[in-house]
Amino acid sequence: MALDQSFVGRTYPPTDPYEVGREKIREFAESVGDTNPAYTDPEAAKALGHVDVIAPPTFVFAITFKAAGQVIQDPQLGLDYSRVVHGDQKFAYTRPVRAGDRLTVTSTIEAIKSMAGNDILDIRGEVHDEAGEHVVTAFTKLVARAAEEEA
Amino acid sequence: MTMTSSSVKISYEDVEVGTELPPQTFPVTRATLVRYAGASGDFNPIHWNEKFAREVGLPDVIAHGMFTMAEAARVVTDWVGDPGAVAEYGVRFTRPVVVPNDDQGAVIEVSGKVAAKLDDNRVRVDLTAMSAGQKVLGMARAVVRLA
Repeated sequence: MALDQSFVGRTYPPTDPYEVGREKIREFAESVGDTNPAYTDPEAAKALGHVDVIAPPTFVFAITFKAAGQVIQDPQLGLDYSRVVHGDQKFAYTRPVRAGDRLTVTSTIEAIKSMAGNDILDIRGEVHDEAGEHVVTAFTKLVARAAEEEA
Repeated sequence: MTMTSSSVKISYEDVEVGTELPPQTFPVTRATLVRYAGASGDFNPIHWNEKFAREVGLPDVIAHGMFTMAEAARVVTDWVGDPGAVAEYGVRFTRPVVVPNDDQGAVIEVSGKVAAKLDDNRVRVDLTAMSAGQKVLGMARAVVRLA
């Protein structure tokens, strides 16, 4: 079932702040085997010009994807999440995410397309810090695969 | 916004279109995926439950696309030294990384090269990520600010 085009451009309310912790960054970096000291050692991060440890580039996805849940689970939109796969992912950074950040995400539906029975949904998540400054924008393309043909 | 780039190991003057980044190989086992699930909060069972994965038409458990994206980024961040130098990073998830339930698991091989020199000391790096002889990421590109 094709998704309603009138949802294009819809923006959802900003999420409650997510507080980025040093130990969460460490846990994430260790889970991908990344030993860059900028992720775990505040002094090493400062030597690179950062005020505290920074997060690996893809860390913020956990926050933006949770925020995208507002869109994915919007009953009015009616996306069949059981058929959804992650198509593309892109980030555009103003600065790296760092420990101590309190980040809010504002999700917007950028595009809805239908191709060969698949629904393609582009969601933009704008991430801002407590001061209202832009940190990063996440562009997420989700593909809801067409239901299989009845035999 | 201007950023000090003295912390970045690679100088813009020292790279050319075609400059290759040191390639890396990343092993991934079922244990890796369980750990990544916990750290990222992505508990989709296709990444740890073989029965579920097969029921939805996959050949076996597959790695999180975001795990592969995180590993591919390391070729760029290890090259520049400061991960904060990454200005843009995007990928397309073209094929899954299939992770069998054995001691070997799977391997993701990532290489990269400078594809364009941009303004403001930035370069575009194009990445190639392979597993089991197939490309698993498409359009994998990062824009990084060099010294």
